[in-house]
Amino acid sequence: MADREIIAPASEAEAADIIREAAASGTTLEIAGGGTKRGIGQPFEADRTLSSAALSGITEYNPAELVLTARAGTPVAEIEAALGENGQMLAFEPGDWRGLTGMDGTPTVGALAAANISGPRRISAGAARDALLGVRFVNGRGEIVKNGGKVMKNVTGLDLVKLMAGSWGTLGFLTEVSFKVLPRTGTEETLVIHGATDGEAANLMAAALGTSTEVSGAAHLPEGVAKRVGLDGGAATLLRLEGFAESIAVRLDRLRAALPGAPGTSVLDEARSRSAWKRVRDVEPFAGTGRPLWKVSVAPMAGHDVAAMVLREVQGEAFFDWQGGLVWLQLDDGNDAAPAIVREAVAKCGGGHATLVRAPEAVRASVPVFQPQPVPVAALSERVRAALDPAGIFNPGRMVWNGGRKAA
Amino acid sequence: MDKIRFLEPRADIVARREEIRTGLANVVPADCLVTDERELVPFETDAFTAYRRVPLAVVLPETTEQVAAVMKYCTDNGVPVVPRGAGTSLAGGAIPQEDAVVIGVSRMSCILEVDYENRTARVQAGVTNLRISDEVSADGFFYAPDPSSQLACTIGGNIGMNSGGAHCLKYGVTTNNLLGVTMVLQDGTVIELGGKALDAEGYDLLGLVCGSEGQLGIVTEATVRLIAKPEGARPVLFGFDSSEVAGACVADIIGAGIIPVAIEFMDKPAIDICEAFAHAGYPMDVEALLIVEVEGSEDEMDAMLSRIIAIARKHNVKRVRESQSAIEAAQIWKGRKSAFGATGRVADYICMDGTVPLGQLSHVLRETANIVEKYGLRVANVFHAGDGNMHPLILYNVNDPEEAEKAEAAGAEILKLCVDAGGCLTGEHGVGIEKRDLMLHQFTETDLNQQMAVRAAFDPGWLLNPSKVFPLDLDMRKAG
Repeated sequence: MADREIIAPASEAEAADIIREAAASGTTLEIAGGGTKRGIGQPFEADRTLSSAALSGITEYNPAELVLTARAGTPVAEIEAALGENGQMLAFEPGDWRGLTGMDGTPTVGALAAANISGPRRISAGAARDALLGVRFVNGRGEIVKNGGKVMKNVTGLDLVKLMAGSWGTLGFLTEVSFKVLPRTGTEETLVIHGATDGEAANLMAAALGTSTEVSGAAHLPEGVAKRVGLDGGAATLLRLEGFAESIAVRLDRLRAALPGAPGTSVLDEARSRSAWKRVRDVEPFAGTGRPLWKVSVAPMAGHDVAAMVLREVQGEAFFDWQGGLVWLQLDDGNDAAPAIVREAVAKCGGGHATLVRAPEAVRASVPVFQPQPVPVAALSERVRAALDPAGIFNPGRMVWNGGRKAA
Repeated sequence: MDKIRFLEPRADIVARREEIRTGLANVVPADCLVTDERELVPFETDAFTAYRRVPLAVVLPETTEQVAAVMKYCTDNGVPVVPRGAGTSLAGGAIPQEDAVVIGVSRMSCILEVDYENRTARVQAGVTNLRISDEVSADGFFYAPDPSSQLACTIGGNIGMNSGGAHCLKYGVTTNNLLGVTMVLQDGTVIELGGKALDAEGYDLLGLVCGSEGQLGIVTEATVRLIAKPEGARPVLFGFDSSEVAGACVADIIGAGIIPVAIEFMDKPAIDICEAFAHAGYPMDVEALLIVEVEGSEDEMDAMLSRIIAIARKHNVKRVRESQSAIEAAQIWKGRKSAFGATGRVADYICMDGTVPLGQLSHVLRETANIVEKYGLRVANVFHAGDGNMHPLILYNVNDPEEAEKAEAAGAEILKLCVDAGGCLTGEHGVGIEKRDLMLHQFTETDLNQQMAVRAAFDPGWLLNPSKVFPLDLDMRKAG
């Protein structure tokens, strides 16, 4: 991505003016928050960069209403600090991907929404898109649009909020977001099962999630990865419990009893549990390498099969979050990220989504970064995009592969 | 009380009625097609019974392919289509029109797959909400969204309306528990969105379809999340001297960091009505009741309830009744769950469905009382207080046209009040035809035009469930 002047409007109205002019003159815009995830998606060229960084600050937050509204450029850290002071949190546990992308800068709450980034608690608390209640954005016509609301339950009209979540800045310029927030979960402890194979771990995690113990995180780290997370003793399968201390003790016993045949176990106390889950959340074991990295989302029981199938063909390593339904797959350099192998494995294991979140620009330009869609779904998605940005000025080509042609 | 406007049925389509019926008979088996005038009558309305229109024909398909064939036929012939689940919509979301074909999914009622390891179930759209939980209950699982109509309403309809229920405070509404759908687009194309994976890249069309009120396509199958049942659940009943204090207590419980699975609220008129019907043993000397339900192990429930009770005591709670057994728990819920039916026995009523921020509960309750009094009517309030989803039941006499008009006017004022207090026009019932013309109170014309442009990406010919959700004037302009 070439460095260029970054325009950071100080108000929603100013942003709308800029976008209206851009639409009229056919000027394309790269949409950014703090720029920490600029390198994700198909490489594309835009005439100017429009950043929400100057649209900052929490605009509404009443803890007793469990809703926080902030301008899109508000740093995530500022949001988390404000929530922390009131004993609350973003329950979907968003990761900090700076280590993963190798980008400096400040992650913003708008980008968090636009990228729909959810961490380990996604299996029990839902994704970022589930917590996103309302948005304000400027569409590709330069019109200010609001959708959703600031209350927990709302079915008034079409849910464009969900559409904005995970749209990577290709549908509109977010100016304000409202998130559902939840009380912090009290303390936490993690049951670690040592030495399970990837397949055994899948069965153990499924059994754990089938109990009433309310497991709030289920990850499996093969030996090499476990070591980097600070866990010795071979492969580690992590099952997190959160809540009142007394209740965790009871549930921990019940969880152990529900996992007959599990190899040896140990328990991480609160501090060690938090540290381990933060590393899982931020994909730390695969941070700072620059090697091709895939984020694969499949049915939880299929995760280990996908990884095994890929790693039989190419060098690399994997670890598993979301009960196995999220596979982080880091491949060695020099194989152009092996997209055909990864996608074939996903297809053979029941289908899902493989996204190449990190690779050199040349590699990303030569492969579909996002999971290719069936023709009618792709056509529908394109019509939806055009309904929001008819002139195609926002992040043009970031989500759609052009077949490897050089960007115009 | 024909105050809600309907479009004039298109004469050219009505004139081709027999031809269209024959055409439909060519694409689906005879027993899937309803054209007999008497047999069409049950489809002339949904649970918003004040309005009725007999459709041109009803198709009750048994397969996705049949839905696709009907949709293609209707598109090719420019015939509007109204999707229908069990017809329990309270907002008129499934009310037909004379020039439309109703496609009802009620016969598509198979549970196709239950997968405990991945904690999903795949069902046909006509499966009722409660049947999913019944199917998996013995194995320790349930499907979370629990609309009051869950015995009758279908998953297809739940997806159309993004339905909620009493226990959604903890588990979320339909959109939070839906992983995938098979859906027929307006031109008959069958697509799959999502699946057993938790997240899907690409635009979240699944999220868009959920709650779209049948305007984007017809869902024929769905993959939903199953959740392991908690070890136990226990409700506690609180009686307060005023609705304001009860409302403040709700805000304090949430503010203290406790998320029960449900916090239900009833005011004095609702208590009287429900008690007279259900004999649940509700205290009669209080002005407002809260039913707070917690889940977990016995120890957890004890710990949580003792904190909740302490908060209620700070608000001078007058009566506290903890359930000591499953029978007592059922008794506490029985009154609440029969509220709508019980109210129907004492008067006709319209049920409003606005949401407000929790801090505004007391204000909105007070103003609601003022509005209803101004019209010389009565109101009973029974609702999901934990997530601010209010349901004022405005009582009136359906045979008195003047009173009916007043009830509708009061209802509209209350919904506007909810929006002005920072809330929304509808929390779980949907917009349908009922709240269509109030949409401009919550949204600008620009906001709605954007939604309609997205709608058109799915249905450029404006044939799917037309004249719902969007104000009729805007809708007609867009539809051309």
